[in-house]
Amino acid sequence: MTFSPNLEEKFAKMLAAYPEGRKRSAVVPMLIYAQDETGAITPELIEEVARRCEVAPLQVDEVVGYYSMLHRKPLGKYHVQVCTNISCMLVGGTELYEHAKKKLGIGNKEVTADGQFSVEEVECMGACSWAPAVEINYDFHHFVTPEKLDKLIDGLRKKQ
Amino acid sequence: MAETVQLTINGREIEAEKGKLLIEVARENGIEIPAFCYYEGLSLQAACRMCLVEVEKTPKLQVGCTLPVAAGMVIHTESPTVQQARKGTLEFLLTNHPLDCPVCDKGGECELQDMVFRYGAGESRFTERKLHVPEKQWSPVVFFDAPRCILCYRCVRVCNEGMGVNALGIAERGVRAEIVPNHHDYLECDECGACIDICPVGALTSGIYRYQTRPWEMNHVGTICTHCADGCRTTLGVRNEKIIRGNNRDRSGINGEFLCVKGRYAFDFVEHPERLQSPMLKTGDGFEPVSWSKALEIIGGRFAEFKKAGANFGVIGSNHTTNEENFFLQKFARQGLGTNNIDHHRTGDLATFFDALSGRTDALATVSDLYTAKAIVIVGSDLSQQHPLLANQIRANVRHHGAHVYTLTPGPVREEKLAVFTVRLPGTKQDLEALREKLKTESDVTMVFGGGASQHGMRGFIGMGDSLGIPVKYICLVDYSNSRGAFDMGVIPRDGGMCLEEMLGSTDLDVLWVVGANPLKNATLASEKAFVVVQDLFMTETAKRADIVLPAASAYEKNGTVTNVCGEIQKLKAAIKVMGTKTDLEIMGLIAKEMGLNLGIWLPDKVLDEIRATVHGYNVPLPVITTGGAAPTLPLNGRVAALPGSIASAGDTLFTSGSLSRYSKILNSIIEAPGELYADRATPRPVLPGEVTPA
Repeated sequence: MTFSPNLEEKFAKMLAAYPEGRKRSAVVPMLIYAQDETGAITPELIEEVARRCEVAPLQVDEVVGYYSMLHRKPLGKYHVQVCTNISCMLVGGTELYEHAKKKLGIGNKEVTADGQFSVEEVECMGACSWAPAVEINYDFHHFVTPEKLDKLIDGLRKKQ
Repeated sequence: MAETVQLTINGREIEAEKGKLLIEVARENGIEIPAFCYYEGLSLQAACRMCLVEVEKTPKLQVGCTLPVAAGMVIHTESPTVQQARKGTLEFLLTNHPLDCPVCDKGGECELQDMVFRYGAGESRFTERKLHVPEKQWSPVVFFDAPRCILCYRCVRVCNEGMGVNALGIAERGVRAEIVPNHHDYLECDECGACIDICPVGALTSGIYRYQTRPWEMNHVGTICTHCADGCRTTLGVRNEKIIRGNNRDRSGINGEFLCVKGRYAFDFVEHPERLQSPMLKTGDGFEPVSWSKALEIIGGRFAEFKKAGANFGVIGSNHTTNEENFFLQKFARQGLGTNNIDHHRTGDLATFFDALSGRTDALATVSDLYTAKAIVIVGSDLSQQHPLLANQIRANVRHHGAHVYTLTPGPVREEKLAVFTVRLPGTKQDLEALREKLKTESDVTMVFGGGASQHGMRGFIGMGDSLGIPVKYICLVDYSNSRGAFDMGVIPRDGGMCLEEMLGSTDLDVLWVVGANPLKNATLASEKAFVVVQDLFMTETAKRADIVLPAASAYEKNGTVTNVCGEIQKLKAAIKVMGTKTDLEIMGLIAKEMGLNLGIWLPDKVLDEIRATVHGYNVPLPVITTGGAAPTLPLNGRVAALPGSIASAGDTLFTSGSLSRYSKILNSIIEAPGELYADRATPRPVLPGEVTPA
């Protein structure tokens, strides 16, 4: 399995950054960057990361199972992550999450038919001061209301 | 001497090595700190929270398994706070743990059950439904019941670190976290069963033992595994004359808890339907069962006739039978029948090995030496496949003491992953020079010679070892449980006797007597007139050629001693009896009686006395072996003449064991992990350049 030259360069740098015999330290960053490029974590990707980091594939699999940011199935082009932990919940996070699902017509971790959007209920993102918070791919959105979310989503739809 | 500190545990002043883990210090002083995840010899996990202790002046309870002791610590391991915490931990562990103890295999020897009993955590405040997941079968011998699992990670660590197999891991997280095998729904591994043994609860269960019995209903018989030459002690659980399980949880013996797939499961050959249970007399094309008295009468009579006529006898002994049986057999052949034509299937070149070490003391390594040696050189052997215990010792040594491993093998082996230096045989002169230079920097070395180290290769390496000027010990690998004993007892064609091939090839052989061997598996007997007597468990290829076949007892059905690959003697203890069979020693004694020979009393203990008195190096202390220990023998201290005949490793893998494995249903049912046993017998043996022998 090969990646884009950019990513290959990144991986090479990463593997060299850790002390001798600690290549396994690169498992998590490799997975997340590779996921960004390939869209999901496939069994082939697990094998490849295991080979490059010199660990058993099962050990990479454990990591994939552990971290909720790593996905085995492809997500939408825009992955809407709504926090429902305490700070967000107190100011309408749960309603926001329900609204997002209704608006997009999908359930948790599901993808819209056109493959553009997916939604996920997530744990605290460290944005409590600006609750309720939503993260779309790597962009944070603060003090989100259902109306604000509609606008955001519609704006992204138009962008296509 | 490491720096020591003074500390107080439960009001007792204790001196301990600074920085040592509290749980270990406490144990050394007879104070038990309970733990599920902590396991001696494996890495620390600190996952179970059972070992919480109170350390004065520390606000919160501390984890005893990862707490290094320091000067002046005042520790309480059973204070009310600690007990309350443990009770709480147990309450949490029991939230999803099913209370199916009455039908659980582990019931009665379950660590969770014991802890709940001790801390009285019988009541639960959880009223939620328990999370249930169906049981899974990962292999014919490994079953997993997820709800019982307490996620202590012992199985994961013993597989990854202990076995080096990496077949187990944890999938998902939190309440859904679950142990998974490497192929998600099935296991591809050594099937050693260490994960089942180490499981503190009944989450991992054994395919052959599950739902068979309660542990307290078995008798536990400590004996020696009869498969390979490593001599692992296996404790057989026996109920109603049936062996139900094999393990070594009591850590008796040289192997500690270690057992491979064969030691743990492959005892079922004893009850195979084809097991011979009556003497068989050849009649025309087939065989018919006859009584023992008739069979012995015929054999005794014919042997006596042949002896009187000065006939040509050939005797083939076994590398499975006991020292006593081998000793008695060669005595029978030499004194009783007057022949030197005695041999067995030799699987390692012990004659060359002992000759090269003549005049030396302290040159034979024991199994425990492999755990402490600073450097280990493996020549021409796939240890993980052929000598699982030795491989385990080396892995543990690398893990605990950072030993340096050097491998010289004709094919890829698992030990290469641990190695600091590898050579693909046949190597070059430069490779060997590089090896010698590297070894010079070590403080002691143990060399292991497999079938790949041919005669002068072995002498060359011993020469190299001698030239290093550091203590060097050696192991010559042999296959089967008592190959070493058969050689030492003299089941070899010395003093001009015919070797095995010569006996089979001789057209005027009058009698062939085979005790526990199958020489005709891949060969034919040239002498058509020969009267053939075979003692075996099954109707083997050799037995089919016999005139009379006598049903013999297996190693699990007899007492006596065996000598392992490192020359350590251990005692067998009969676990069961199989109706109609007799031990080979008794059979030989009865034949001698029929012939009117006086070869001494044929009781194992009496023969052992004679062995200790007459066989060089076997005057071992009886208290050591009678209490279940392994007493090292001394090598023959003098020149050993080369023997005629060939030497061939049996080429068994981790999942085979000569003809015994053919009759083990369980071994045949297991999907084999893809081992890479290089074809030891099929390819020409690599020969090392002779000129490497140091001048």
